[in-house]
Amino acid sequence: MSLLRLEQLSSGYRNADILRNVSMEIGAHECVAVLGANGAGKTTLLRTISGLLRPSRGVIEYRGSRLPEAPHRIAALGVAHVPEGRGTIAGLTVEENLRVGAYTQRSRTQVEADLAQCYERFPILDEYRHRPATYLSGGEQQMLALSRALMARPTLLLLDEPSFGLAPKIVHLVYEAIRRVIAEGHLAVLLVEQSAELAMSAASRAYVLKHGEVVGAGSREELRGSPGLSDAYLGTTGYHA
Amino acid sequence: MLEGLLQVVIDGCASGAIYAAVALALALVYKSSGIVNFAQGEMGMFCTFITWWLNQQGLGLAAAIAAGLAIAFLVGAMVERLFIRPVASYGEFPAVLTTLGLFLVFNELAPWLWGPENRAFPSLFGNGVLAIGAARVSAESVGILVVMVAVGSLFFLVMHKTKLGLGMRAAAANATSSSLSGVPAPRMFMLGWGFATALATLAGVLIAPRLFLDASLMLGVIVYALAAAALGGFTSLAGAVVGGLVIGIVETLASNYVEFIGSDLKILVPLTVLLVVLIFRPTGLFGKSAERAV
Repeated sequence: MSLLRLEQLSSGYRNADILRNVSMEIGAHECVAVLGANGAGKTTLLRTISGLLRPSRGVIEYRGSRLPEAPHRIAALGVAHVPEGRGTIAGLTVEENLRVGAYTQRSRTQVEADLAQCYERFPILDEYRHRPATYLSGGEQQMLALSRALMARPTLLLLDEPSFGLAPKIVHLVYEAIRRVIAEGHLAVLLVEQSAELAMSAASRAYVLKHGEVVGAGSREELRGSPGLSDAYLGTTGYHA
Repeated sequence: MLEGLLQVVIDGCASGAIYAAVALALALVYKSSGIVNFAQGEMGMFCTFITWWLNQQGLGLAAAIAAGLAIAFLVGAMVERLFIRPVASYGEFPAVLTTLGLFLVFNELAPWLWGPENRAFPSLFGNGVLAIGAARVSAESVGILVVMVAVGSLFFLVMHKTKLGLGMRAAAANATSSSLSGVPAPRMFMLGWGFATALATLAGVLIAPRLFLDASLMLGVIVYALAAAALGGFTSLAGAVVGGLVIGIVETLASNYVEFIGSDLKILVPLTVLLVVLIFRPTGLFGKSAERAV
């Protein structure tokens, strides 16, 4: 059974739908990429799943039942969304940002253990743990955003362009961490990225969005063998992870 | 002379602590909802009336105050839920206009319910005088200071050492990110309004014995508190407290030692302080400018 199932989903702002009739499925523990050019509706898709936008039509099924409306209720069910622009909580320290991530967690000892694991994954966060989070560089804030999401022990992780605005070296670091998290096998990842090459270094299959509609889907190999897809819709000049 | 100074400074700190409480309430709401709640003083006045009424019904003063603060919390939370949240989605300006409307509602509601007369409000601390060395200070000023230091410390402990406080600060700073992490941001804003109104009511209950209780109880206080919050930078909770104390002390010193000011002109003192500070530091003493680090 799939973890997340979208059926004929339409969504957008005011009366203008950006997503139209999108259907997809994500199984437990798999990493699926959503590829597409700027404005294809990738961010809208993630915002709709995490409850920041309300779908105008269609069904979102998570673990076999419909999701609640409020974003914090959806988060409490194990859906963690790392938003576009990293969503750093200004005015809080690095460690407080991480603790906000664990807001839905009840066990104190487990939160402390997860915190230690975050610091192990990204030692730079440990170094700056008591500094204001906005003092971090863009790459460090992306590490913080990923770590904040993992503090929630999610079942489904939604990542919105984790490479955005980062130097290649930092992208490599962030993606290494993402691949490691996937390899641990505790969660499913829906990864939005403009660079197909980069996304497919972590994902095993992908959906291709164009103008808000799914125009293609396939495994890593299938996409590679379909130059039409990658040339027409994907930014092929990506980073090498 | 020096003993007199101590008396004046302690009186100033007591007034300042009251302004600080209301300034803290204003900053708390501003930080989370992004609006200045012009009705904050009137909401405090209204709940001070409730406290007075409970006391009149035979409830002991301390119990009446405790009940009044609890009711104030509910009033603040309900005002946010019923009047602010529905208009907040249209932007900050409609929400600020709504607080101006609420100002009038509470200002008219109190005399309508309890009559237009001045009421005497009993003091928790009596009108005794404490001797500290050679100096003599009023028990009421010392009492106000002790209560405010205790409440202020408790408030900062809750905000910085508890999960609830973390959630409130996070929701205020970035509602979207916080709710994606499972923080119920709307509920946090509601709690913020509740705490703020309880603080304003505490200020009302402490200042009422010095003045008389009527609908204009908080009119002076809200002016000082707005000045204090602006002095502190409006987004800084600690800044609001410092701003309140500075304004209380400067006001009391000036009206006692600068002859031409006296009690008639003293309202100008905090505003002058504010003007001078804002000329040199437009973001207040502790405020952060609107530009953000990316």
